[in-house]
Order: sequence, then C-alpha cells, then structure tokens
Amino acid sequence: MTVAEHDAVTRSEPPAFAAALRDAFVAALIALGLAAPMMGLMATPGPEGLKLEPHWQRVAIAVAVVFVGRLILNLTIWRPGVRKPKTANSPRTDAMLARIAKLLAPAAIVIAVALPFLPGVERYTVDLGILVLTYVMLGWGLNIVVGLAGLLDLGYVAFYAVGAYSYALLAQHFGLGFWICLPLAGILAAFWGVILGFPVLRLRGDYLAIVTLAFGEIIRIVLLNWYWFTGGPNGIGQIPRPSFFGLEFKPGPDGFAATFGLQFSGLHRIIFLYYLILALALITNFVTIRLRRLPIGRAWEALREDEIACRSLGINTVTTKLTAFALGAMFAGFAGSFFATRQGFISPESFVFMESALILAIVVLGGMGSQFGVAIAALVMIGGFELFREFKDYRMIVFGAVMVLIMVWRPRGLVSSRTPSVFLKEKKTIAGALVQEGHG
Amino acid sequence: MTVKPLDAPTLPPDVLLRVERLTMRFGGLVAVDDVSFDVRRGEITALIGPNGAGKTTVFNCITGFYKPTVGRLTLDRDGRPWLLERLRDHQISREAGVARTFQNIRLFGGMTALENLLVAQHAPLMKASGMTVLGVLGVGGFGKAERAAIEKARRWLERIGLADRADDPAADLPYGDQRRLEIARAMCTDPVLLCLDEPAAGLNPRESADLNALLRSIRSEDGAAVLLIEHDMSVVMEISDHVVVLDYGRLICDGAPKSVREDPRVIAAYLGVEDEEVSAVEREIEETAS
Amino acid sequence: MEYFAQQLINGLTLGSIYGLIAIGYTMVYGIIGMINFAHGDVFMVGGFLALIVYLALVSLGITFVPLALMIVLIVAMALTALYGWTVERVAYRPLRGSFRLAPLISAIGMSIFLQNYVQVAQGPRVKPLPPVVTGGYQFGVPGGFGVNISNVQIIIIATTVALMTGFTLLVAKTPLGRAQRACEQDRKMASLLGVDVDRTISLTFVIGAALASVAGLMYLLYYGVVDFYIGFIAGVKAFTAAVLGGIGSLPGAMVGGLLIGLIETFWSAYFSVEYKDVAAFSILIVVLIFMPSGLLGRPEVEKV
Repeated sequence: MTVAEHDAVTRSEPPAFAAALRDAFVAALIALGLAAPMMGLMATPGPEGLKLEPHWQRVAIAVAVVFVGRLILNLTIWRPGVRKPKTANSPRTDAMLARIAKLLAPAAIVIAVALPFLPGVERYTVDLGILVLTYVMLGWGLNIVVGLAGLLDLGYVAFYAVGAYSYALLAQHFGLGFWICLPLAGILAAFWGVILGFPVLRLRGDYLAIVTLAFGEIIRIVLLNWYWFTGGPNGIGQIPRPSFFGLEFKPGPDGFAATFGLQFSGLHRIIFLYYLILALALITNFVTIRLRRLPIGRAWEALREDEIACRSLGINTVTTKLTAFALGAMFAGFAGSFFATRQGFISPESFVFMESALILAIVVLGGMGSQFGVAIAALVMIGGFELFREFKDYRMIVFGAVMVLIMVWRPRGLVSSRTPSVFLKEKKTIAGALVQEGHG
Repeated sequence: MTVKPLDAPTLPPDVLLRVERLTMRFGGLVAVDDVSFDVRRGEITALIGPNGAGKTTVFNCITGFYKPTVGRLTLDRDGRPWLLERLRDHQISREAGVARTFQNIRLFGGMTALENLLVAQHAPLMKASGMTVLGVLGVGGFGKAERAAIEKARRWLERIGLADRADDPAADLPYGDQRRLEIARAMCTDPVLLCLDEPAAGLNPRESADLNALLRSIRSEDGAAVLLIEHDMSVVMEISDHVVVLDYGRLICDGAPKSVREDPRVIAAYLGVEDEEVSAVEREIEETAS
Repeated sequence: MEYFAQQLINGLTLGSIYGLIAIGYTMVYGIIGMINFAHGDVFMVGGFLALIVYLALVSLGITFVPLALMIVLIVAMALTALYGWTVERVAYRPLRGSFRLAPLISAIGMSIFLQNYVQVAQGPRVKPLPPVVTGGYQFGVPGGFGVNISNVQIIIIATTVALMTGFTLLVAKTPLGRAQRACEQDRKMASLLGVDVDRTISLTFVIGAALASVAGLMYLLYYGVVDFYIGFIAGVKAFTAAVLGGIGSLPGAMVGGLLIGLIETFWSAYFSVEYKDVAAFSILIVVLIFMPSGLLGRPEVEKV
C-alpha cells in the first residue's frame, strides 16, 4: 500500500502538506481495513474449537507505520514534481552499472578464491559461501535459458533434482564415485531437458511457463511417490562424499590430511567443497561467455529478439531452443549432483517450486543476460536471507516485499544493459530498454 | 531433403521460381485464388495490387510462413529444383536460398547492426564452429570463418552506408537505415531470390532513390532475383522488369511495367471502378482488338 | 455406477472451487497479460477472512447458519477484494507497461509475502472448523451404497452457478464489462476513447479477488480446514484450469476448472491419490501441445 499510490498526490497541486496528509490518512484507513481482521483477530484453537484472540496492538502498529511512512514519502521523494515513477531503467544508470560490474568482476573472483583463507573466516562463512555459489551457478545456468534465449522456464529445479537423484542413485546402486557421476548427472539432466523440451518448445510465452512449471511439479511428485526407486519422502541418505581425486577426507594414514602432511580437520572437506562449487560456477560462467560469442549464442539472442525473423534467416528455431534448454538443464544437473554430495542426503522437499521461483528471481533481479548482476543478486538474496536467520518468519515477509520493491525500483534488474558479442570499431553497451526479453 | 523430388517439374533455364495455381484459404476466406506466375533470373519482379489483394499472403507462402492450401512452388537453385511448399520455413532460406524482409521491419533491435548481419550467416558459421562443440573449446577454423563473416558484414554495411553505425543497436537507427539494414541482412544469407515486402514504405524521396540504386546493384552485382511488394508506383515503374498484379486474391495482369500501366483492369482495380464499368471497358478492348 | 455418480458429484464440487479461482487468473491475464501468481494466495487470504468473520459472528451470537453464511460471504468478499485491490496497486500498477517478467517476479514476491504474512498474523497451525453445514440427500436403492449429495456440495455448486451467471451478464451487458473487453482488445485505444483503464484494471482485480474469496469460503465449508499453504496448490491448479480452458476466456475458465476437478477426483478414485496432480498436469500438457490455445481460447494467429 505504500509504494504506488501517489498519483493522486502528484496530480493535485499545492497545498502539498494538506494533500500529503490526506493521502497518508487514506492509506492508513486502507491499512486498517486490511489489517484489522487478519492481524487483529487471530483464530486460535481452544478447548471448544477455534476462537478469536484479539491482537489490536499489532493493527495499531501496522496502521501507524503505514501512516507515518507514507507521510514521510509524500513529503520527500513523492513530492509533486520531484520524480516520476520509472518503468524502465535510465540508459545512463544502465551504462554506469555495466561499467561498475566490469570493474568489480575480477575483484569479486579474487575475493571468492581467497575467501576460505581470509582472516576471520569461519566454517559458517565458508558454508554460506558454498550455498551462495550453488545459487550463483544455478542462476547462471538458468540465465542461458531465460536471459539469452528468452524462454521462460518455471520448472528449472526439476533438472537440479534430476542431477541430484542421478548421482545419489548411481552411487547407491552401482557404487560409482562423484567424479564419474558428475558428468553423467549433467548428461542425464540435459537429456531430460531435451525430452521435456521437445514437445513444448513451440508453445509461447506464458503457456511455456505453465508447462515447465507442470513438468517441474510432475517430476517432484514422481520422486515423492516412487518409493522403491527414490525412497519417496524419506529421500536417499548416505550419499558418498566427494574425494580429492581419490583421496578421501578422513582421519587415518590414507586420508587427505595425512597424505599432504596436514593435521586432520573437518574444515578440509568444507573448503574442498567450496572450491569445487566455485570451479563449477566459473566453468558455467566461462562456457556461457564463450557461447555468447559463438553463432549458437547469437542465435539465442536473436531468437529472444524476434523469432519470426530468425526463421526467415534459416535458423532452425526448434533445435536452437532445445540446445538452450538442454545446456541450461545440464548445468542444473551438475549443480544437483554437487548438492547431493555436499548434503549427503536428498529428498523431494529440496526441489519444490519455490526453488525454481527463487532461481528465476535471482536471474531477473540481477538483470537478464548479465553474469555479474546474477551473481550479485544471488549473493544479496541468499546471503541476506541467511544473515537474518534469527528473524524466522518475518524474514520471509521481508524477502517477498524486497522482491516486489526491487522490481518496482528496477524492473529490468540491477544490470540491464547488454554488451554486444562482437564489434567492428568500438564496443558500446546497449541500453536495456532496447533489448527484448523474448516471448517463448 | 537433398534428393530431387521426383515430381518437381523442370523449369525453363531463365525461370527461377514458378508459382502454379497457388491458393490459400483461411477458413472460409480465400486470400489467394489460383495464382500462377514466374519470377525470372536476374530480374526484379514487382507484385502489386490494392490493399487486401493477397500480396503478403503470396509472399508468406513463398517464404514458408504459410503452407498453401493448393498449389506448387518450384524454385530452381543452380539446377536443383526445390518444391518450396514442402520445405520447413528455415529450410527455405537455408536450402532453397530464398530470403525476405518484412512489412513492419523485423530487425533484432537490441543487437548491433553488425550482429544482425552475423546472425544472418548463422548456417555457415555454425558449421565452422563444429556445431558449437569445437567453438567452445577454441579449436578448429572458427576464428577464420568468423573473420570472413565480419568482413562480409562490413562490406554490406559499407554498401548501405552504415559502416559508421556498425556498433549501434539496430533499434537506434533511423527508419530508412533500418529498411536498408534489413535488406542487407537478408542478402547476407546469400539468397538466389530476395523477397521484399514494401521496402519503400515510409521512405522519403532521397531514401527511396537510394533504395532503387541498392536493388539495381543487387540485381547486377549479386545476381539475385528480386520479388517485391510495393505500393509506390514510381518505384515499381522505375526499377521492375516485370509486374504481377493481384486483386481480390486473383491475378489480373502479368507483364512488363509499361503494358501493365495501361491495362484497364489494373486501372480499374486501383481506381475502384464499378464492376459493370470494368466489363464495359473490357468489352471495348476486345472490340478494338478484333 | 453409483460410485461413478458419486465421484462425478465430488468432482463437480471441487471443480467449482477451481473454476471460481480460475476466473481471477483468466480475467487478469485477459486484460493485462500477466500471470497473477499471487492470486492463489488471495484465495487463501479469502479462506482465512471467511473463517475469521464466521468466528466473529459466532462470538456475537449469530448462529443461524443461512444468515451467518450470507454475512460471511458478503463481508469476506469485501475484505478480500480490498486485498486484491491493494496487491494490484502496490505490486503491479507501478510496473504497468514494463517488461513482461517484472510483474511476474513481483507477483511471486507478493505470493511469498502474503503466505508468510498470514502465517505470522494467524499462527502456523492448521485451523480446523467443525462442520457448519450438515446433512444431505441420498439417492439410489435402499440397502445399496447410494449416492450422497451433501448440503455443502449443493451450496457450492448452486453458488458457483449463480455467480457464473451473474458474472457473465456483468461482462456481457454492463458498461464495466464493455470497458473490460475494450481494455483487453487495445488498452491504449480504450483510454483514448475515454475508458478509465486504471479503474477498469483495479475493478478486475477486485472482482477476481471477491470470487476467490467465495472459493475460499467454499473450501473452508467443504474441507473444514484452512492453512496458509493452500494458496499455492490451489493457485497452480486453478491456473492450469484457466490455461486448459483457454486463457482469457471466462466460460473456458469455468470449463477448465470443472475438468481439472473431475480429472483429479476420478483419477484419485480409480487410480491413485498420490498421482492425481500428475494426471491434471499431464492432461494440461497434452491439451496445450495439441490445442495450444486451450479448449475455448481464441487461436493465436501468427502475424508475419
């Protein structure tokens, strides 16, 4: 209620203060209408069934916050004539952010590489780093599908699940190690990407979105109910941990620590996992950057811009879309098998729709097509989310609200400009407003 | 797909594309009704007619965006005949060598002019990149192929006077430049037949003259035949070698520009003369002829 | 046969609930072309508000069931409509005319927000409500199993039919409906011709939310329980229903809703309960592959 409702104010001319006050009052009244039943009366189970428990102070706080917040906003940034609401990012900020991203990217990689050995870094930080990097990798993988090819995929987590279950099942039944399973998991996920993609890729826009969502849910439900194969809701446990190219992380003479003459520490494995996911993420990044400069990458972007024109130029849109889908799926498969080996336990609960939505949000918030933006978005969303762990349920409320606010603030994400894949004389960044986002 | 279709007719050597009995129905609406004409090599053929005459539908059938209800479209590329109605849309460009532009320009607006021209060279570049695999690994002859592609794009940018704007996004270019860039993009696919849907629409007289020069050079230097839909009669009369006139989905006239201009049916179609008057005019012609 | 008839009735009941939610999706999609992902959560909010209003009435001593239900229906519709209006105003209107994905992400954010807002405000525990409407009719041979129609099912189906009729009339006959259809066709032109586009879109959200709250109330009566998580599943199913029926088409939404309800019920009855969602989603995929604009949607002609 506090964000958009200012056109009434901007339209009417002074006296500004009276108008601002009146507007804040209206907003507070609406807040009262929203909050009074939901926050004021709590349905609580009692001895004779449900009864209502009054919580009027919460309503009072909510209404007061809306009133004061809105009044302040009305008198400052929403004052008549101060600033129009933006529906697109301005080209100048675009260019500036793109430059900053370019400067910061190498620094970010250096920090990422050095992180486990920086002073004051504990196990918790490295663990958090692993988590963030997993989402960075997933974001980069999905970026191929959504950001480059412009295909809206709401079921991306399905391929993450395929990767995780591939590793877990291959290890369980055939005793295969992580390093063999990693490529296999990627191939299997890509294979599923093709299987699922083939029938549906001629659908456009939101139809594609809902079908991918449906596929994601189908895979999750099958994993949940196929007891003898996947363990159903109990999942699969005791998934083998990765070894350092054959050397296991265990105490004793043939372990990693002993071989390198180190004191055994549980941290070794965490640090190894950290570098593993960092390497996987950087490979994803490297491959994506290379693909963009190859004809296939250009065809993806052209497809996002105008599919009909692509067909008139002899581009086979079906195979082009399928490669994007399969490659995106493959990286999710890699990330999935990493997830399985890191956790040692997987269950369908880790692969719910919310995960797909989160990864998509990271891609869109970061700015579609921008590798650095996606990484920053993953860091902010996942890292920030973990930092506020003690706020429990409230952090989810804030999380949702932040997603809305970022979109209202920068609808194209943080870094929305596009860098040309090739240039003749001078590389100029292209303002985000000119770049299409695809209809498929 | 590379085998010659058994039932493909052999065309006379000077005919590039033969349209036979082309009919396209949308539900009950007959947009194109039994139209036949030839496009000859090295010529500029204009397809004209009042609004709603079915010109764009004929175009979409030739370029594979519609599958004709009835009819045969034979194109002879270097002695090998292709039945266009059996090819999928992307094959029409890649295999048969038919390129097109669109009435409402369809450039890749967020990509630079140069990138637009490189996308058009997708098929050969894709092959050079080893279907992407070798390209990712950085081995094979991709680098060389790409340099050649960029060089070709640069030549085209110079020809259309956009060399200075190679690195600007296509959506930022002025309208007339966008039209020319779209033609250059189509030409980068090395077509034998270039189909242009109202290339002069919205151009000022100078740009229109530039366009005429460009089309003539395409005919003479690149050896591609041009089939164009156009409303601007000055363009049609000035550059086309052969004019095909449609009205209400039917072919009403087919011949050299001069004869078409004097054809009473064409005049009637354009000026909207009553049907009886048309038949009256026709009767007069027959009488004078006999 | 009796079993079949029984499942048919159960399926129609469930389908009515889906259909009511699906209308909200399909109207919003028709008019501004976005998937209002938060709509399922608006339905959940509607269920909670219905519960709260009902409990408030009970504590005020109004226990005559038809009267109480009428009041609950009206008040819950009004309150939920306010939520629908606010969601549009806060999360979608600033993004009007922006990029397609921005409102979608904003909607997902809104969905997360609403879910957790209700969880914090009302507590995480499931809210069970003893049956409010009891009794029913039994058909069939005495001694056999017979076919039961409970009064709740009659109320649900009758209300849905009544609302659908009223709603179809609203869109077909009133100036609001005309404005809505105009905005669907061409928003810019409509505004040039004097249609208040913002107001029309707001009203669309208000109507969608009101219908979702009716669905919420029905859900509460039928299952006797609400929790903050029902919004997601019901929302996805209802959206599936809207797409199945042909998104943008109102009768399509209702037909799609009924079909999804029937498929789900029959699949659970004859095959397996676990895979009922798989059945619904698979049919959606099959329909979309062979009939890409849904059952009653207008086919999208590709403009070249």
